[in-house]
Amino acid sequence: MPDPNSAITYRLAALIEKGALIRLTMIGVAVLAVVGCFAFVAGWLSPHRLTQARMIDGFEEVNGVYPGFRRNHAKGVCIAGHFASNGEGARLSEAAVFRPGQVPVFGRFSLAGGQPYIADGPAAIRAMGLAIRPPDAEEWRVAMIDIPVFVVKDPEAFYEQLLASRPDPATGKPDPAKMQDFVARHPETARALQIVQAKPFSSGFANAGYNSLHAFRFVNADGASTPVRWSMAAVDPFEPEPTAETAPQDKNYLFDAVIARIGQSPVQWRLVVTIAEAGDPTDDATIPWPSNRQHIEVGTLTINHIESEAPGNCRDVNFDPLVLPAGIEPSDDPLLSARSAAYSASFTRRAGEAKEPSAVQIPASGKGA
Amino acid sequence: MPQQLQFTAFSRILHWTMAVLVVAMLFIGIGMVSSLSDYHRLISIHRPLGILILVLVAIRLVNRLLNTPPPLPEGMPTWQRSAAHASHVVLYALLFALPLVGWGMLSAARYPIVLYGSLELPPILPHDVALYAMLRTTHTVLAFSLFATFIAHFAAALMHALIYRDGVFPSMASWKAPAGNLARVTHNQTPSALNR
Repeated sequence: MPDPNSAITYRLAALIEKGALIRLTMIGVAVLAVVGCFAFVAGWLSPHRLTQARMIDGFEEVNGVYPGFRRNHAKGVCIAGHFASNGEGARLSEAAVFRPGQVPVFGRFSLAGGQPYIADGPAAIRAMGLAIRPPDAEEWRVAMIDIPVFVVKDPEAFYEQLLASRPDPATGKPDPAKMQDFVARHPETARALQIVQAKPFSSGFANAGYNSLHAFRFVNADGASTPVRWSMAAVDPFEPEPTAETAPQDKNYLFDAVIARIGQSPVQWRLVVTIAEAGDPTDDATIPWPSNRQHIEVGTLTINHIESEAPGNCRDVNFDPLVLPAGIEPSDDPLLSARSAAYSASFTRRAGEAKEPSAVQIPASGKGA
Repeated sequence: MPQQLQFTAFSRILHWTMAVLVVAMLFIGIGMVSSLSDYHRLISIHRPLGILILVLVAIRLVNRLLNTPPPLPEGMPTWQRSAAHASHVVLYALLFALPLVGWGMLSAARYPIVLYGSLELPPILPHDVALYAMLRTTHTVLAFSLFATFIAHFAAALMHALIYRDGVFPSMASWKAPAGNLARVTHNQTPSALNR
């Protein structure tokens, strides 16, 4: 239906009539409001907000940038084996991994810190990352370290603590006063550090226990949800770690030892689930749960293969602790989501970068089964 | 006001459902990649919502091919017609590309593609982190393009509603069914009108 007047409607002159100008302004305001909301949600209007990018920038400031490597836990080695469930976990969680039987596992041993060529030493925190994938069921990824509690309780404190450990440009070492100042302002960190220091460290990767630190929720087939933490308890006998003076001087002594150990025979850990009671904190990984809580052994992890980081193996996998199967859910610990976010940002950065060989290489004779 | 046919009720329901979902998706996406504490909650919505949008846009494309949309007003300048047409093509293309790139990039990163609980999608690309990095960047670029196209679409819709008042806005936005005589006009509209 041609309308003789409609062409006039679209002329520029129609826009500058008084009424049209007001309506045009309204449109401009509406569009700007939407763009403004978008910018706000993106964090562009709040440059001091702690974002994933700032967190990873913090790691790069403290450690330097090593393209292709993880921004934290940069030095590591790939492992593989299997997890044998004894079925005890099934009453707590419907996850397929807890049904009786054996499922394949691969993972990674690493040292905390963002420097891929750092020398092994007794002060380094050791970590175990795992990806457990039952056939035809969802994957479970686990990130654990060998201290009993975490030393900060939220992402903001983590970031503050990270920056407090930044090397002083004058000395090349962190300024102890800054860390003391951080601890003084964070009593939960002071308490956690006491707990960490009170527990003797083991001598290597193979005889260390690794802890989830954060609480999770196990949900069983009936829908009952149980707050839990878990630990991989070493089957290899405990030996105390050497002091800084007596520790081997070799840069890779911790990694070389576990390569040799796995070369001899498979290494095992018992997966022990700790069940919270009413009132046990699930949102604060700096607070241990009382030692009399019920512990349930749900299976055994066996690691029988070790290899250097290479394309397509553990190097190219993000051990995001929130890759969870149905039957395991996150707790209300704010660090869990922050970890997942920061791991993802680190993974994305390194994924696009050229890769350098890992400092940890397997001697031809030391290769596991 | 020129007589303007309405989109079918099904088309309008699809449009407005997707409008809400896509705008929510854009905000969830930009919020998610900057957030720490809300990241997990947001990404848990982002994945299934993206797949839902992919399903809906496929239905919508079929619907669009089956039901010719109402013609644009007679007097509308050619450049505006071209802009309207191009922006619709870009919107459809992005609504297909974004979920597919997202699905592909999660596949290339070897992340499980969890929708809800034990409901997962299979990977559509091999594990390749360099490919992941490329697709991850593509996802961001396409998402900003979608936001820009949405803003243009939103502004144009308001121009039609408040300035031109040419019936284009109610053709999608009016909840009322077309008046009886208009419906009859629909039948009487010859192919010449529909082919415009």
